[in-house]
Amino acid sequence: MAEQIKLRAQIQGEFTELRILLQHPMETGQRKDDKGMSVAMHFIQTFIVSHGGKTLIEGQLNTSVSRNPLFAFRVRGIKAGDQLTVSWLDNLGERRQDEFTVG
Amino acid sequence: MKNLSQPDEWRRRLLKGGVSASLLTPLLGTGLLMPGAVLAADWNRPAFTARNIGDALKSYGAGNAMESRDIVINAPEIAENGAKVEVEVSSNLANTRSLALFADKNPMPLCSSLEFSGAALPYARIQLKLAETMRIRAVARTADGKNHVAFREIKVTLGGCGG
Repeated sequence: MAEQIKLRAQIQGEFTELRILLQHPMETGQRKDDKGMSVAMHFIQTFIVSHGGKTLIEGQLNTSVSRNPLFAFRVRGIKAGDQLTVSWLDNLGERRQDEFTVG
Repeated sequence: MKNLSQPDEWRRRLLKGGVSASLLTPLLGTGLLMPGAVLAADWNRPAFTARNIGDALKSYGAGNAMESRDIVINAPEIAENGAKVEVEVSSNLANTRSLALFADKNPMPLCSSLEFSGAALPYARIQLKLAETMRIRAVARTADGKNHVAFREIKVTLGGCGG
């Protein structure tokens, strides 16, 4: 089961900084494990951040994004109580979607 | 026969109507097709899997990007660990719709493409793996379809692609 997405929204007046942590191994397919066996490619390909049902950011990623990638974005006009949704889909078809209420 | 285990391949087929409704119905229970789930745009396979910077830029449609000082890249001059290099990129170009990051010498140079809509500013901080000391570049695409690019050199002491 894919691990939970974490989000922190910091409202600074008109602008809000969103910090989003996607917990994922982001395997490149080039790494070898302790026994020298290749670890299969496993990485998030697409993610979406939306606010009250409207898409804010649509991202596409490659294996060259770090393990457990942390992102920061800036958005205008977010208020306490607003609903944010983040979802991702990886190359093996695993997915995760979490909803957040801005505190 | 293409590899149908890839989810984006599935979606492409479904969108093309290449799979009949009778085949779709059993999938509804498996979570492969979740009604109401948000589906992202198709992963840009040709651009992401391109093996050199020239091909990656071309596949992304940014082969002719003009250099611009209105794209700002902030990154460490020296990264001790190439497995996690935080890069901050923002565009001051009016009507910037997307930002893409390329690492020139990575095995697959295109690292990420981000599209901004509505109230999202063309700004991102993202953590990349960098294989070695290299130049990275950020491409900003504006609403008129034009591409603009900025560069930044990052020294890497320990490469990040092996682990």
